[in-house]
Amino acid sequence: MSGPYPQMLLKHRKPDRITTLAEYRQAGGYEALHRVLTSEDAAAVKAQLADAVLLGRGGAGFPAGIKVQTVAEDAPFPRYVVCNADEMEPGTFKDRVFLHAEPHMLIEGMVLAAFSIRAAHGIIFIRPEYESAARILEREIGIAHREGLLGDGIFGSEFSFDIDVHRSGGRYICGEVTAQINALQGIRPNPKQPPPYATDKGLWGQPTLVNNVETLACIPHIVNKGAQWFKDLALSPEAAGTKLFCISGKVNKPGCHELPLGIKLSEIIEDFCGGMKDGATFKGCLPGGASTGFLTADHYHIAMDFEALKKVGNRLGTGAIMVFDHHTCMVDVTINLTEFFARESCGWCTPCREGFPYLLDLLRRIEKGQGEADFLSMIKTMCRHLWKSYCAFAPGGVASIESLIVNFEDEVMAHIEGKGCPFKK
Amino acid sequence: MLPESLKNELQQKIDRVAHPREMAIDVINALQDHYGYFSDEALEQAADLLGMTPLELDELATFYTFIYREPVGKYVIHVCDSLICWMENGEDLVAHLCNRLDIRMGETTADGLFTLLPVCCIGYCDRAPAILVNRMVHGPLTTDALDNLIDKLREAST
Repeated sequence: MSGPYPQMLLKHRKPDRITTLAEYRQAGGYEALHRVLTSEDAAAVKAQLADAVLLGRGGAGFPAGIKVQTVAEDAPFPRYVVCNADEMEPGTFKDRVFLHAEPHMLIEGMVLAAFSIRAAHGIIFIRPEYESAARILEREIGIAHREGLLGDGIFGSEFSFDIDVHRSGGRYICGEVTAQINALQGIRPNPKQPPPYATDKGLWGQPTLVNNVETLACIPHIVNKGAQWFKDLALSPEAAGTKLFCISGKVNKPGCHELPLGIKLSEIIEDFCGGMKDGATFKGCLPGGASTGFLTADHYHIAMDFEALKKVGNRLGTGAIMVFDHHTCMVDVTINLTEFFARESCGWCTPCREGFPYLLDLLRRIEKGQGEADFLSMIKTMCRHLWKSYCAFAPGGVASIESLIVNFEDEVMAHIEGKGCPFKK
Repeated sequence: MLPESLKNELQQKIDRVAHPREMAIDVINALQDHYGYFSDEALEQAADLLGMTPLELDELATFYTFIYREPVGKYVIHVCDSLICWMENGEDLVAHLCNRLDIRMGETTADGLFTLLPVCCIGYCDRAPAILVNRMVHGPLTTDALDNLIDKLREAST
């Protein structure tokens, strides 16, 4: 067993309940907030976030320190902080695990983020499947209010901040920033193409900071222990912090683990997930949800961080690792993923709305043994068209298809030449 | 008809926010809970409360997975058909459910108890294959566990 690695977000995780406010405070919770509000130094929080190189944990990996600085000093009020708890990327369940463990860490992170941009109102946008987490958050927000950690004059300072929980009606695209802002305003959540960016004109046309649950939860720790400490948590020099990885599929023990960025994929599977299920052979995985490309057995020892995955043309995404074994048909897997994107496309722009059903048709024909050799070039061309769509949904959706053609071309050709799925014979 | 108490309660909530339409999904959910689904009558009433046109509100209502514009059963079963549940024999589970309830995906049982709907990844991949029954998760499921669950729900409603 490797490690143990330092824990930050899930250090006090319990099997069946949250960390209460009293327990959270006993472990040093809300100390960062107290210090910051007493010192009245919002600029220091922003500087620490930038120094810590905290990259967004919701999938896009945008630097949180830069995002917070794009809210101009002279930007109009009111300003908003939105916590994106609309965790809908297939394979991803880290925020669910976290919210059932440390709701106050998120609340503290939100207040710190809000203080850094002088926002007075916060909203947690949560998917309807996480009703139990929504209820926990509402209850703990109420408790935080009664203890003076939210509301007017927090810790006796001049700073006031409130949080509401907004339940989504349930749709994948609501995780996209501009779509989420539309959803919050009671508008059909089609994405909008920036500029303006949300930090300039977001909710109700006002400056709005939108961050993922895990990103916000890192903030109290960075403020408490410093940017260098945070950077040193990662195993690779260019990465910073820990990551909540959620591993599922063909492993013995699926689950969510907080591990240092830069940890090897093989170590995650073997040491934290009990190895491959039933002694099967690792064939490949998606490293960060349905919107990332396939890794193969050649990548088995890859360092799991933003840079290392970028170097192989892939992305860390949400850190949702979905594992496949040697019995898995990668064409079939890609069909399932493409069905998801075809169904969840908001339908606003043509390449996305029309492209996914077209790709799905070709992939299904290949799987059924009705594929032809020129399907590959047709698929590649259509994938390139989908890159021209309105938001990041379609480029994410074709990541698996494009990597199927590159990394598993032999398997696709075996379907076409053998006129059927080699795994179903 | 919408009870006055519910109407007043919703009106008060709407009055407390700066922009009434930000409450759209909450109001839809409340009316859906009351009527069992988001009926045309509910649509008119919700639009009225929110100061929106029925068309504006229907643009929202028809977009979301958990808003039902047609009648549904007492128990709405959403079966996850995304990658991990599918890999863990999710298709067999759906076939078993359809067989057991004698309906196809998208249909409601004749006794009005169960509606079967597909849903994309519900975020319980560590408990695959998983389903939601009225938004509460169940998993990992075997056909036996599923049979027990259906039996329990049937019993609970008699």
